[in-house]
Order: sequence, then structure tokens, then C-alpha cells
Amino acid sequence: MSALTAPPRIGRARRFAGQFFRMPTAIAGVAILGVFTIAALTAPLYIHSSDLDVTQATGGQLAPPSRHYPLGTDQPGRSVLLLLIWGARASLAIGVIATLLAVVLGSAIGLLAGHYQRWLGRGLMHLTDWFIAVPSLPLAISLAAVLGQGATSITIAIAITSWTATARLIRAQTLTVEARPFIERARALGAGNVQIMVRHVLPNVAPLILVSTTLTVAGAILAETTLTFLGLGNPTEVSWGTMINEAYTGSAVSRGAWWYLLPPGIAIVVVVLGFTMTGRAIEHILDPRMATR
Amino acid sequence: MSDVLAAELGAARGGGAPRWYRSSFWTYLGGKLLGATISFLVMLVIGFTIFNVMPSDPVAMLARQHPTDPAQKAALRHQLGLDLPVWHRFLNFVGHTLQGKLGDSWQYHQSVASLIGERLWPTVLLIGSATLISVALGLWLGIRAGWRHGSAFDRTASGVSLVLWSVPTFWLGLILLVLFTVGAGPIPSGLFPAGLMSTPGFSGSWLAHVGDTVHHLILPCLTLVLVIFAQYVTIMRSSIIDELGSPYLLTARAKGLRDDDVRRRHAVPNALLPSVTVIFLQLGTIVGGAIAVETVYSWPGLGFLTFQALQIPDLPLLEGTFIVLSASVIVMNLIADMLYRVLDPRVRQQ
Amino acid sequence: MREEPAARAPKALAGGPTTRPLGAVGRDTLAALLEVRDLHVTFRPDVRAVRGVSLSLDAGQTLGVAGESGSGKSTVALSLLRLLPSSAQVSGEILVAGEDVLRMNWGRLRAVRWADASIVFQGAMSALNPVRTIGEQIREPILLHDKVGTRAARERTAALLDAVGVPARRAGAYPHELSGGQRQRVMIAMALACRPNLIVADEPTTALDVIVQAQILQLVTDLVHEAKISMIMISHDLSVLADTCDALAVMYAGRIVEIGDSRAIMAEPRHPYTRALSSAFPAIGDPASRLAPSGLTGDPPDPRRIGPGCPFQPRCAEAFDDCRTRDVELWPAGSGHAACLLVLPDRARSASPTRGNLAQSGEAAS
Repeated sequence: MSALTAPPRIGRARRFAGQFFRMPTAIAGVAILGVFTIAALTAPLYIHSSDLDVTQATGGQLAPPSRHYPLGTDQPGRSVLLLLIWGARASLAIGVIATLLAVVLGSAIGLLAGHYQRWLGRGLMHLTDWFIAVPSLPLAISLAAVLGQGATSITIAIAITSWTATARLIRAQTLTVEARPFIERARALGAGNVQIMVRHVLPNVAPLILVSTTLTVAGAILAETTLTFLGLGNPTEVSWGTMINEAYTGSAVSRGAWWYLLPPGIAIVVVVLGFTMTGRAIEHILDPRMATR
Repeated sequence: MSDVLAAELGAARGGGAPRWYRSSFWTYLGGKLLGATISFLVMLVIGFTIFNVMPSDPVAMLARQHPTDPAQKAALRHQLGLDLPVWHRFLNFVGHTLQGKLGDSWQYHQSVASLIGERLWPTVLLIGSATLISVALGLWLGIRAGWRHGSAFDRTASGVSLVLWSVPTFWLGLILLVLFTVGAGPIPSGLFPAGLMSTPGFSGSWLAHVGDTVHHLILPCLTLVLVIFAQYVTIMRSSIIDELGSPYLLTARAKGLRDDDVRRRHAVPNALLPSVTVIFLQLGTIVGGAIAVETVYSWPGLGFLTFQALQIPDLPLLEGTFIVLSASVIVMNLIADMLYRVLDPRVRQQ
Repeated sequence: MREEPAARAPKALAGGPTTRPLGAVGRDTLAALLEVRDLHVTFRPDVRAVRGVSLSLDAGQTLGVAGESGSGKSTVALSLLRLLPSSAQVSGEILVAGEDVLRMNWGRLRAVRWADASIVFQGAMSALNPVRTIGEQIREPILLHDKVGTRAARERTAALLDAVGVPARRAGAYPHELSGGQRQRVMIAMALACRPNLIVADEPTTALDVIVQAQILQLVTDLVHEAKISMIMISHDLSVLADTCDALAVMYAGRIVEIGDSRAIMAEPRHPYTRALSSAFPAIGDPASRLAPSGLTGDPPDPRRIGPGCPFQPRCAEAFDDCRTRDVELWPAGSGHAACLLVLPDRARSASPTRGNLAQSGEAAS
């Protein structure tokens, strides 16, 4: 591999895919994500607003699982299974959008901090360190509370508490990439700062951004469900967090209605595992030394 | 998870002694104190921005509770200092905070500081006991898993850690609550109290009181332990694996030591050093977990107070808990930095 | 204390493991301190690091093992105390005072380690535990093997440090507080702690500057001779070994290619590899060696792919056709043994050489 030119990308992608699909955890992770994404995207095809409307519920109140309602019903009598599938949309959407915001912000800061190494870089790194010093859940709670209940507030709150991990990672990688000879060559040929960062550094840190994204989504979904559970979400919207919240505030807990309590939590665990396994697999392939083995 | 932390771990332990090794202890302490102070101030800025700059009109929020006319609103605005310029308000804010004057709660007719004072001990008790148990359990498991790197035990421990990290804390708490209070299958109901810190109307000797508190502590503590010990397993396991290839372990084996002794006397002390720092840095996550656990179990600590502050929302109270929780984390980070410096003999000069 | 090896029929041992250990140093006696018989070590999946090494050592004898990195010399050293990773496949026999190390049970092995034979590892900075004082580390084997109390152990530690030239008051120091030379002395003191019969020094002077190197070597030689300890010293530096050891074994690609009395080998190396090695390190004070061409081209063979014939053949300046096909073994050469077709009596060679002595090929033809 010539150190002077950026390596060809098609061959690398193919090699990466080959390695990736040879790891059982990777396959499991991608399978999980695939199932949930498809379920979430196709839900409007078979779930109608009547299924979700509390006034049109037809099942018994908090009825245990039966043939017609495989996962039982909730307090007003809606099918828990349909709620679960519909809830995936909210949780996944918030998780992904918040992560995208966080990763874009984090990558930008990381890239700038790694590239401009003197006062701008050091300043940005100090800023990142100060942000890290503030515990994330109290900060997210405070932000969401002040911004008002709802999905938007939660999304912004999660984005603001999640960008630091990406920033540190991308900064470290930027420093590594910029130490390579081909960057010097580009500079000698007169490439400007923006050009170096965008055309040369960015493609080389992109895989790590992908890793960071998948791992951040895992944390974002956990954060979203926690914030929703604490009451900061929109109570009329159906999400996994609100389902557990209702189990908590309603009588589901005292009546032992496990079918209402278990499925959303299990769904969260499975989806988070899916993202984590996928992210770790990518990380392992990119740099086996960096992964936590 | 701790991927970034693990990378930091590796970077901190890799290439040579960092620059701060060579400075004297007091220079190092001074530097870290300065850093902590700046972190504290930045946190205050963030807090101020969130609670005093962002909300559109706190008076309007307050006014929703009781009917007020414009004159009363103006007076209230003046009382709360809302008619002053931003920087002036910030300085007042910092001054009051440092003096411990954190305002008054909107829903409870009490000062925020006194509320926090009441709820501090339960949180310390919960977090303290959970951390101790988690660290002990996590270290023990992590060391054994890392030492037998790749064995079935290792893979099981890693798998369990991964799953536990993916579990939402509050949900786990609810499950355990349902399991042990309502009962399921063979587990009888009423095994553990359904929340709070002590049985209402409990009277008895001091020892009985302690027993009652412990009884109430078990489930919340267990929940918190299950969620956070996985982090420590991972940290310790990585540390030991890093040490596995070290030449001094070969020397120890060549001396005729048993495998257990090689691990205990040589590998573990070296692996423990960097882990100590990272263990303290987990406090941010623990605080987050404590908020969820206290809410589920109605454990009367700062976490539950935060949840209660979300009603309305009670901004001064929320601000108070935010500041106190964040400040504790900053202090813990400072202790972590100093502890590492003190424990590493490569650094413990004069 | 070097003796001429007793007269032995120079057997050209063709193929198969040797029944008599070659390279016996000292008297031909059954009570050798160390005997290695046909040692083979293979690392997974197919890296053959050691391919049939045999040697023996008497009490008080010193043997130097020379070779490039990858020749298998360190592997041999580690296998003497069964310190190779469990994934390594080891076969053969290693007899320390008559007991086979490879077949001992764990308890016996742990008792033998350090008490009968100890190792001075290379790279003292990483071979010493950074978070324990050097005193503790020296005391550790003493407390383990000798049944003495802490006070006696401390006294012995002080005596050991004294013997190696480190002030006894430094016993409370940590490894990073000492200089490189002092750390190496500590390693030596540690190796002597349990009064072993055999010390294996693995590159004891690499990474030290020349003056410290000379001091350490002198120290080791003196201590070993005083206490009548046998020593195996491993190095890539042939001249160092020639000065300090009675016998010399040169390893290449997992095998011994030349073995015998060190002075004899240095004066007249029989194997082309030994010749190349000795010219790479010119003897100080010998003007001729400075002028002689030195340096080997190429790299040692990949231990996964060692084919038939002599492994040194690709880099050998004196190779000929047969070298690629005939297996080589340690044949008698001069007062020692060498694994080279060149040492065989002319009659044993067949076919015309592409290079080499035309007069000899003429003899073969007739």
C-alpha cells in the first residue's frame, strides 16, 4: 500500500464485508437490526390508528396473553404486541436522529481538534473534557425538562450528552492519519486546511465514525427510554419508555402484569445488543488492538 | 461503553512515562485542582444557561400555579432578580451557589439546600454500598476472566457483562420489584418491601431500625450492582489481558511460583493501577443509574428528588440537584487523578 | 576447566535421533548435569522453532549458544524449565540431574525451577516487576524454596547484592530507579538466590553499553567459576561467547550447526555460517579480521517452510548441488562437530559440485 496515495476503496470494502460476515456476533447484530428496522418501517401497513387509540380498545383490561392477543393487553385494552412494534418506531427514530446529531457534532469537533493542533485544537479538547466532567443523565434530564416535554427535547438532550465520545475518538484518529506521509504531500502540493480535512482525513476516519455511530445509538436508545420513563416524553406517543412508564405509574406492577412489563424491556435489551455487537465487530475488524477483545 | 475508556487506558499505560510523572507532587496537585475548579465553573455556566437563560419565563411558569396580576409578576421578577442583566445574574448565581444558597423549591415550601441535605445520606448509602459490592465483584470476576483469556469462563463472563450493560436500569428495577414483592412462581410475595427506605410507622431499637433499613436497601442495591458491576469486569479484564504478555510474569513463573501466586502477586498489582483511576471515573454512570433506581423504589435520595423535581418542573430544585450531583462527579474525578499518582511507585518520589 | 573430549569413534550418524548426546562437554560421563536429547519445539500452527537439538553439560562447564534471532536459541533456553506457552508442542528429553523436566509433575517442576536451574532474562527492565522493590523480588524465591524466615532472607539478599556490586541499601528501590547495568546485576543476584547448579543467561548484555557489558560479563564469569555453577549463555555475539564460555554451540534454523570447544571453533570455524558470524564481529586487536569481508546477505528461513537439504544453503557462499538435497547432521569436524557437507571425508560426497574444489571432485570421479 503506497503511503503517498489514499488506498482504493472498493477492494477495501469488499475485504471488510468478507471479514465482517465471518464473525458470528456481527451476523447476529446485523440480523437483529434488520428485523427491528423492517418491523418498524412496515408497521403502518398492518397497524392502524384504531389499534393504538385508547378509546377504541377492544381487549380486556390488563388481560394476560391469549391467542388473539399474543402478548396480552394493557390497561385500556390495547394489544401489547402491536404497541411493542409501534413503539420501536419512536425509540429507534429518536435514537438514530439524536445519534446522527451527536456524531456530526462530535466528528466535526474531533476533526478540527486533531487538525488545528495549537490553540484551537487544545481549546476544543479542553471543552470536551469539561463536558465529560458533567454526568450525562442529570444534564439530559435538565435539558429535556427545560425544553419541555416531547420527543424533540429528548432528542436534543441526548445529542448534547453523547457527542464527547465521538469527539475524542475522531480526534485521536485524525492525529494518526495526519501523521502519515500522504498528508504532507498534499500539503506540499498546496492543499488548504479544509481540503485536507475533507478530502484526505475524512475518508480515513469514516470507518471509525461508523463504529462510533453504532455504539452511540445503543447508548442513545437506553437514554431515550430512561428519559421517557422519567416522564419527559410525550405521554400520548407510544414508545417503549412510555409503556414501561405506564406499567410503573399504573397498576400493572402491583397486579403482576408481567406481559406488559417484560416485552418492552426485552426489546430494548435486544436492540441495544444488536447495535453494540455490530459496532464491536466493525471495531474489531478495523483495529483488533483497539477493541476491548 | 468503555471502548473509549479502554483506548484511553491503553494510551495512558502505553508509550513511556507521561510528562506529569516528572513534575513534583504539589505541582501535579495544583494542576489538577485548577482543572477541577475550571470544570466546576464550566458546569455552573452550563447549569446557569439551562435553568436561567433558556426557560422563556420562569415567572409565567410559577404563575400557572397561582393566579397573579401583572404587578405581582413584576414584583416577583424583581425578587428573583430576573430584571438584571445576564452577567450580573450569573455572578449572583455563582456567589449564592458557593455559599450554599440554592434557592427555594417551588412545590415544597422549603429551601433547596435543606431538601438536598435531607436526601443526601440515603443516596450516599445506596451508591456507596452498590459501588463497593460492584467493585469487589467486578474485580474478582474480571481478574479471573482475563487471566483465563479465551476460556469458557471468560466468554461467559464477557457475554453476561455485555447483556447487563444493555439492560435499562429502571426496567431491571421494576422487574426485580415485581418479582420479589408481588412474587412470581416459587418466589413468595412480600419477600422484600415495595420501596421506600423504612417501613412507615416502624418503631423499635436502633439495631432493629438498621436491620429494617438494610432490608429496604437490598433490592435497590442489587439493581444498581447488576447494572454497574459489568463495567468493572470489563475494565479489570482488559487490564489483566494487557499484562498477560509481560516478561516479568515469565520471571515469576521461572522462580517456581504457582499460577495463582503469579497472578495474585505480580499480574494483579500491575493491572490494578490503571483500573483504579477508571473505576472512579465510572461515577457519572453510577449517578445516572442511581436516579433511575431511586425513582423505581421510591428511595428517598437525591435521585428520587430529581424525579420529583421534574413535576411542574420545579426548576430551582432541579438546578440544585444538577449542581450537587455534577459537583460530586467532578470531585470524584479529582480523587481518581490524585489516587493514581499516589499509588504508582514509578511516580511516588521523595 | 576444559578437557579434550575422550576419543570417540567419529560416527557419521545418518538420519534419526541420536542415541548419544552430541556436543558433550567435558568427560564422557553418565552423571551429566544437563542432558538435552533430540528436543523438538513446534509452535502452532506449524512453526518449527527447534528441530532436534541435543547437548549435554557437566557441572561447572560453560556453554555458549550463538545464533541470529529466530534460530531457536531462546526457545531452547525456555524449554529447559518448561516455560514455553502451553500451546507449544515439545518432544524429546531434558534431563536435569537425571530427571526429565518435560515429564515431571507440576509440584516437582516448581521445586526444580530456580532451585536447580535459574534464568537471567534479557531486558531487565521488563523482566522485573515494576511495582515491587528489587529486595522483595530477590527474597521471593528464597522464601519459596529455602525454608528460612524473612530476616534470614533479607540477610542473604544483602549478601547477594553485595556479590554483584549493588549497594545493599538499594534493596528498597524499585526497578525504574536503577540504571540498566544495575538492573542486570539485580537479575544476576536473583538468579543466584537459591544456589542453583545451572544458570541460563539469555542475552544478558544486549542493550547495555560496551563498558557495562564488559563489567557484567566479567561479573558473571567470576561468580560462575567461584561457585562452580554450570552456565549456558545465549547471545548473537560470537566474540562475547568465545571469551566467556568453554564450549560453543552455533544454532541455525532450529538446529545446532556447529558445536565444540570454543577456542577451537573461533580459531578454525568449520561451518560456513560460523565463519560468517565470527567475521561479523571482528576481534579487537586483530587487524586481519578488520579487513576480511563480513556480513551475510538474506534472511534466515521461514520456520514454517523448511525444506530438505541444508537450511543454510540459500545464503551459503560455499554451497553446491548436494546441499539442496542431502540432509545434514552433526558430523565430527576437528575437535568438535559441524553439520555441513564440507566436513565429510571426500568419499562421502557424490555428484559434481557447481562450485568448490575441483581437485576434490576430480578425486571423487576416480
